[in-house]
Amino acid sequence: MSEQKFIEIEVLRYKPESDEAPHSEVYKVPFTDDMSVLQGAQYIKDNFDGSLTYRWSCRMAICGSCGMMINGVPKLSCETFIRDYYPNRITIEALAHFPIEKDLVVDLSGFIEKLESVQPYIIPAEKRSLDQGEYIQTPAQVQDYMQFTSCINCTLCYAACPQFGLNPDFIGPGAMALLHRYNMDSRDGGAEQRMELVASEEGVFNCSAVGYCSEVCPKHVDPANAVNINKTNAAKDYFLRFLSPKGGAK
Amino acid sequence: MSKRKPYVRSMDGWWKKNPFFVEYVIHESTALFVLAYAVTLLVGLIRLGQGEAAWNGWLAALQSPGALVFHLALLVAIAYHAYTWFKIMPITLPPIRVGGEKLSPCAIITGGLVAAAVASLGLIVLVWRIAA
Repeated sequence: MSEQKFIEIEVLRYKPESDEAPHSEVYKVPFTDDMSVLQGAQYIKDNFDGSLTYRWSCRMAICGSCGMMINGVPKLSCETFIRDYYPNRITIEALAHFPIEKDLVVDLSGFIEKLESVQPYIIPAEKRSLDQGEYIQTPAQVQDYMQFTSCINCTLCYAACPQFGLNPDFIGPGAMALLHRYNMDSRDGGAEQRMELVASEEGVFNCSAVGYCSEVCPKHVDPANAVNINKTNAAKDYFLRFLSPKGGAK
Repeated sequence: MSKRKPYVRSMDGWWKKNPFFVEYVIHESTALFVLAYAVTLLVGLIRLGQGEAAWNGWLAALQSPGALVFHLALLVAIAYHAYTWFKIMPITLPPIRVGGEKLSPCAIITGGLVAAAVASLGLIVLVWRIAA
């Protein structure tokens, strides 16, 4: 039997009821080669400090709950393995750019509001009755938006976006990817309604094409592409208004 | 009473915290070299407007060792600027479909770089022939 291996996990802790600012604590965790960083955190909670707080659920990169900064990189801790860092120390910290609620848990309320603001549902171009039957969509039309449906709202892209860190009002990559998903859907007619938000102060022009959001996305959604395509769309919309005024522009 | 006290971390020095951001700041900074070259050419244009002596003075200044080193630095920085510009092109373009298949990021980057190389070579050949 092989010898038990240990790894040091440094956790950025923050207890709002007693701490003024976060501080680091280091734990020496025994691990096996099949253990994820999330399991490392669970080991700490079960054996060293039951107050360690973090979010998790599915353990298979679907629920999007367990995102954290692992050695400074936004990752899902359930699909990041301790063995890949051994023998070096692993540092874990709450997702960057969000306010820390407690330990590894961040305040996502701003993100939830943004998700609502993009109207992430099909807004039919014209009212359709049941007896008109189902919508018909070709495989090519499905491909237009398919990749953007893969978002699991893990917010790693926000933790990768310095522009969001500098301006928390920026609608951000994840919500924009979802907005784009509906705009690109042939059943949807809501693009014009969503344009006001796309072109607003909080909209796409906060993005300076750093591109790290798409780099860290665990689902290959490419949110940077959604944001940047909508820069072009917003510019087109702005200039085409001079040619054919639609009225009601703000 | 709520014990909530969300802690907001500082963004000071954000670009030094991740190699990706360091590279981003470097490639964005190379735009200053593009600006420097534009200014150099603009000065040439102004000197041309000031007459033959001024123009010849500008041409002579370009041949000084300092100017050559400056232009070498410009060439390297602008080449890197062009490379990174094409590197982010896949995220800025709408999907391009060729025969129903989405063009891969690699094809877009390679296409951009090849187009830039061909255009640059074409320009050099053209200027060379005019000069000769």
